[in-house]
Amino acid sequence: MGVFFLVPIAAMFEFSTRGNSVTAPRTMEAWTNIIKTPDLVDAIIASLELAAITSIAMLVLLLPTMVWVRLRLPRLNRIVEFICLLPLTIPAIALVVGLFPISRWMRINISDSILMLSFFYLILVMPYSYRALDAGLAAIDIKTLSEAARSLGAGWGTVMLRVIVPNMSSAILNACLLSVAVVLGEYTFANLLTYENLQVAIAYVGLVSAGTSIAVAVASLLFAFVLLMVLSFVGRPRERMARAEETIVAPESRILPLRDSYIGVQK
Amino acid sequence: MPFFLYVGLFLLLPTVVIAGGSFADKNGSLTVSNLTSIEQAYLVKSFVNSAIISVASALVGAIAGALLAYAVATGNPRGALRRIVTSASGVFAQFGGVTLVFAFIATLGTVGIVTVFLKDHGIDIFPNGVWLYELSGLTLIYTYFQIPLMVLVFLPALDGIRPQWREATESLGGSTWHYWRYVAAPLLAPAFLGCTLLLFANAFSAYATAAVLLTQGGVIVPLQISNLFTSETGQAQPGLAKALALAMIAIVTIVMLLYALLQRRTSRWLR
Repeated sequence: MGVFFLVPIAAMFEFSTRGNSVTAPRTMEAWTNIIKTPDLVDAIIASLELAAITSIAMLVLLLPTMVWVRLRLPRLNRIVEFICLLPLTIPAIALVVGLFPISRWMRINISDSILMLSFFYLILVMPYSYRALDAGLAAIDIKTLSEAARSLGAGWGTVMLRVIVPNMSSAILNACLLSVAVVLGEYTFANLLTYENLQVAIAYVGLVSAGTSIAVAVASLLFAFVLLMVLSFVGRPRERMARAEETIVAPESRILPLRDSYIGVQK
Repeated sequence: MPFFLYVGLFLLLPTVVIAGGSFADKNGSLTVSNLTSIEQAYLVKSFVNSAIISVASALVGAIAGALLAYAVATGNPRGALRRIVTSASGVFAQFGGVTLVFAFIATLGTVGIVTVFLKDHGIDIFPNGVWLYELSGLTLIYTYFQIPLMVLVFLPALDGIRPQWREATESLGGSTWHYWRYVAAPLLAPAFLGCTLLLFANAFSAYATAAVLLTQGGVIVPLQISNLFTSETGQAQPGLAKALALAMIAIVTIVMLLYALLQRRTSRWLR
């Protein structure tokens, strides 16, 4: 079983260092070609920017909503959860058909920049980040914390930024890393809305030079692995209240946000 | 609240666009012709193809994944095997699309490392032409992310099985066969079926892998949608694309509802 999963990855490494002919010596040419291909560099930068914007926008949109719903409108909790998990049941390829007219309108009236994609990516990352943030919020008693802060004279902004956020920093990190992983692997939206992000660029370059595109693929894969590894190791529970629960369910709890995240966005 | 505004704009509105567009012709008047023209042979074929690879990869993924999950569940709950398998599954289940296709081309393509290695040892894995770029190749690649997904979703069900139940069976005089036939299988069946449905939906909605791998377009439904949708020869039929998208959403929704029902049934026994 391990062979089936590891051989393709090893094969990519092998392929990306091949010379031009069977007898040619090993070469790093494909790797150095990455920087020499301006399209690829542009796409890498664009994808990294998209990942950053999407993560920040996700936090700004989701976190206050989730806190607010938990504090003031607990009846809405299930509705918000349902909405956040909804993008998992709508195939990305179907969703993009519906988004196309909206995207066209935005391109004409607002901006033609590739960064507009982050509006759509925010929808895609919602289920994953919702789970991560939900786990974080469940571990702390936000009601007591916010009431205590309010009674000491803090405004809502202070409560959010200086009380709630520091108390769930590992959950926020989880949510951000998941968003970054999803955005960097995204192909369907970018391809059909005719934007050139990392994955689309890899596919294009692959038509011309398989070696170079496989080198980028290896690099992006390594990056994703590192992200997911970071995800499973950092953010050891600092929250005192969370510690009791964490030790019972660890170590699986660290990959909890990934469990059930069944519709891989990139597939 | 900004959240609901945002969701309305980018999640609800597109769904309305798809549903509305399915019933509109080019001039915007009401019609059902988009939905009825799904009956055309080439579109039906793409649905059949989609169903075949989804069922095949879901079954293979479910069986292999369940066996792997069973090996993990019977092992030490804090052991290295379990930790490695669950973390690796989390990573591999997310691994798909463009990168995965390139990995398989480097492995099993005509100059792939395994192909060349086997050829040097007298085994030709492509005696009747290269099947990697066809539906069978696509199915093989899908199993790469289906198996880890199965491990992730099926493991909780296996963990819910108590060793005491086996002891109870034995103390009542039951054999291993009796235990599996009358205790474990009936308990695990809904979970297994539900997880298989989930895998089916997962394969059915996949697009990027097929788009990069298959050279000829329109073999499966997602490719057919993108064909009808972005045709460069002016043959684009957005109405039909939306009708196909609607059909896909309907199928996936039904499958997911069944999954949710089976999950509920599972959670009655296993927690």
